[in-house]
Amino acid sequence: MKKVLGFCVVLGGAFCASLPAQDAKKEIQRYRQMVAEGSPAELFEVEGEALWKKPQGPNKVSLEKCDLGGGPGVLKGAYARLPRYFKDADRVMDLETRLLHCAVTLQGRRREEAAARVFGSADRPSEMESLSAYIAAQSRGMKMAPGLSHPKEKEAYAMGRALYFHRTGAWDFSCASCHGEEGKRIRMQDLPVLYKPEHARPVVSTWPAYRVSTSQFITLQWRMNNCYQQMRMPEPDFGSDTTVALILFLTATGKGEPYRGPGTKR
Amino acid sequence: MAGPMKMRATLNGGVTDVRVLMTHPMETGQRKDPDGKLVPLHFIQNVTLKVNGKTVVESQISQGISRNPVFTFRIKGGAKGDRIEVSWIDNHGETNQTETAVA
Repeated sequence: MKKVLGFCVVLGGAFCASLPAQDAKKEIQRYRQMVAEGSPAELFEVEGEALWKKPQGPNKVSLEKCDLGGGPGVLKGAYARLPRYFKDADRVMDLETRLLHCAVTLQGRRREEAAARVFGSADRPSEMESLSAYIAAQSRGMKMAPGLSHPKEKEAYAMGRALYFHRTGAWDFSCASCHGEEGKRIRMQDLPVLYKPEHARPVVSTWPAYRVSTSQFITLQWRMNNCYQQMRMPEPDFGSDTTVALILFLTATGKGEPYRGPGTKR
Repeated sequence: MAGPMKMRATLNGGVTDVRVLMTHPMETGQRKDPDGKLVPLHFIQNVTLKVNGKTVVESQISQGISRNPVFTFRIKGGAKGDRIEVSWIDNHGETNQTETAVA
């Protein structure tokens, strides 16, 4: 035993580190489980419900009449069927893009004003984040089934797929640079290969999510925005065709998985 | 105004499990804002749990607890329909409370 220990010291990292790393992975999984059981995501759901029903903007109306695809005000299962094509806007929209659309059309708010603070901070979460939590929660247990039949939906899916693999920017990165090979990770975070259904399914079924390390509720639009930032690319517009196409591609790849979010991330 | 709280209480084999979520910044007093000024201490000081109006847990906590904390209490006994009340008071004197029935 002493000899083996001595060996460890001499060899240092390579040989000995492999064991603790696996243990750490198991421990991280246990930690995630514990965190998920009492997730503050629920607090955002409560906040989101109040915001959904709160009259705002020049028209002094709430978002309750917002059509998320199933008809005005239908929330049950709405998130599981997004992103999808909306006839009134003549484009494919994801949840947040649609909410922004409703804030403008129903509440009469200016787009700039409604979109001024879409990503909140731990001290002051944004409206969009709480609303996403509330609406996504109404799809729990339903299978993810984004729109894929309308020509515009097909077009957005194809664009999302192309963007996923398209290398560009100062560092010549694409999404696939990090999310393109199995077994890669950043620190202890495994990187899912998001064009493969088995990797995309657990991802799309748990977003949006509460992020423990930053005490923030984060949305898929934020994820896209932040990935672009990490790739040193210009910041995409909130609800732009680019981000919606990527979200549709991602959701379509993971379709069929029952929704069990809003999740809890590290 | 204090943010929302959420609580659930379930009876499992003679033990009542109470899980409660609170919205609170829980500032440690050590963090600096973007201007370099210290963010003042702001944390929950006392948490009280009552069962049917009778105080069962009285606790003092400090700034070492995370933002938006979650607490779990396990209470011996209890019956379905028992009223559980949890309240907190922070160092600014702000308070919040919530109640639920054991399910």
